[in-house]
Amino acid sequence: MADPEIKSYEPHHESQSAAVTESRPVKAVLMAIALAFLAVFLLLPLIVVFHEALAKGIGAYTEALSGPDTRSAIRLTLLVAAISVPLNVIFGISAAWAIAKFEFKGKAFLTTLIDLPFSVSPVISGLVYVLLFGAQGLLGAWLKAHGIVILFAVPGIVLATIFVTFPFVARELIPLMQEQGNGDEEAALSLGASGWQAFWYVTLPNVKWGLLYGVLLCNARAMGEFGAVSVVSGHIRGLTNTMPLHVEILYNEYNAVGAFAVASLLAGLALVTLVLKTLLEMRYGAEIAATRGH
Amino acid sequence: MEVRVVNVRKEFERFPALHDVSLDIKSGELIALLGPSGSGKTTLLRLIAGLERPTKGAIFFGDEDASQKSIQERNVGFVFQHYALFRHMTVADNIGFGLKVRHGAARPSGQEIRRRALELLDLVQLSGLEKRYPAQLSGGQRQRVALARAMAIEPKVLLLDEPFGALDAQVRRELRRWLREIHDRTGHTTVFVTHDQEEALELADRVVVMSQGRIEQVGTADDIYDTPNSPFVYSFIGESSSLPVKVENGEVWIADRPIGLQAPHAPSGEAVLYFRPHDVDLLDGCSGCIAGTVAASRRVAGTRRVELEVGGERQRVEIELPVDHPAAQKSRVAFRPRRWKLFPKS
Repeated sequence: MADPEIKSYEPHHESQSAAVTESRPVKAVLMAIALAFLAVFLLLPLIVVFHEALAKGIGAYTEALSGPDTRSAIRLTLLVAAISVPLNVIFGISAAWAIAKFEFKGKAFLTTLIDLPFSVSPVISGLVYVLLFGAQGLLGAWLKAHGIVILFAVPGIVLATIFVTFPFVARELIPLMQEQGNGDEEAALSLGASGWQAFWYVTLPNVKWGLLYGVLLCNARAMGEFGAVSVVSGHIRGLTNTMPLHVEILYNEYNAVGAFAVASLLAGLALVTLVLKTLLEMRYGAEIAATRGH
Repeated sequence: MEVRVVNVRKEFERFPALHDVSLDIKSGELIALLGPSGSGKTTLLRLIAGLERPTKGAIFFGDEDASQKSIQERNVGFVFQHYALFRHMTVADNIGFGLKVRHGAARPSGQEIRRRALELLDLVQLSGLEKRYPAQLSGGQRQRVALARAMAIEPKVLLLDEPFGALDAQVRRELRRWLREIHDRTGHTTVFVTHDQEEALELADRVVVMSQGRIEQVGTADDIYDTPNSPFVYSFIGESSSLPVKVENGEVWIADRPIGLQAPHAPSGEAVLYFRPHDVDLLDGCSGCIAGTVAASRRVAGTRRVELEVGGERQRVEIELPVDHPAAQKSRVAFRPRRWKLFPKS
């Protein structure tokens, strides 16, 4: 139900009945606890980030951001996101398509596999790549013989990021596609559409908001990932440092302004993501809510 | 387009949904597939459409074997039970979809597609709604859009899966009449699935009664209602009553009394007598009749239903009486079925 005109056709949620409404003081206490919690754990750190970043004035802030290593970290982060997000969109759509529209053996296993990155510590996923591609790793000798560098280079960072972020798109789409079933696609095929046309004209528009939502979360995680990337990156300045890694290095060198300036960019990204996410939820809440039913 | 289903068998993961089904559909005919849920009627429809492939057997469109063709090549118009309208497209775009996805020279211009869509919208009496989205239409309107969309590709055969299943009774009756009109005007060979016997008998030229993956009977409404050929059709279509009887020397007996029915061709032995509750003669005396004690009586619309206990084993049987008939108050009622049929005891 993605069309704006339809909004008015949906029943409005009535305010809750008296029986399940708390008394005023209880409400006030609950809200105070929630707000205080948010303030201490979310708002305060956010303010500190921006405060520290601008502690020595706007000049020092822009200077910190224009350093060559910082700029290279920003470039690398954007590059990694630009590679891993589209790949995960393709993977997510195909996985969701396979799981939602077909019956096959091992489907439950595939679903579990997709959730794996969520249940494994990112550091472990990074280590797995070291064990696979490292000099002493399984494929290390072969890779070296063929002159392929994966570990401590951009390919390793991209691989680790893809691994960590691959559930986001698929998890958004699977319940949505399952709920929608095959009816629309069958209708498209019966009208003479090819499989590709059915996908492009019918399936994709049906899931576009869920997809966008997944892409947003995937992107935020891809840019912000620390653990897995830290293990495989090698921390080579100007070459394999992403923004989160760069923040750590700068901070360890007591360059507070530099560290917080980069951190403020990441925080800014988080805020933009949050705003977009909220907007999406407000506008297409019903559709996205369908993806929460699991 | 004539459609022939020849010895089709369909299994889903070893579970047979259709056993060896054959059916000839004449060109321009309106056919109903009628049966309870699980009878295989929707499976048969989807096989004809090409949404499923038969495990065995073949389906012919005219002289062409269509069973190996994809659904796109078969050029059928399929109307889905829940319409499956594309929710992000307007009514006009929905109807034009089948033309828009054509390739090369077969694809009409945008203007032509629009013209065709509006023409079809007019045919289904929804002019003026072309800019609406499916969610802004009522159930009956969506149904009409779905039909217009299916007809836009000029299909050889029109297939409808429970076309009125999701609508309320009033709209159903209207659409039923309207579908018949459209069929008569366009002359498409049309097959629709329904579990509503009233719908099937009223709308279709011929009705195919199905049960447990088999075709029980094919015939006109009169054939099906007046001369059911199996106990299933007898009890599934309309009301029926049945009694266990015995046949001896061409005469029908209940326990130790002949009931005045002659069955010269029936083999001697046990059998089951089927008749319609309203199709009985009430008798005063009882020599050669079925007599029973009134066990229950209830008013059904313009008539009264009386449940009788018959014979020493107190078999229950229902018959229909006029509301003011004195027999309804009597404790004993005697009757003889006017039209009836014997089936071997199962």
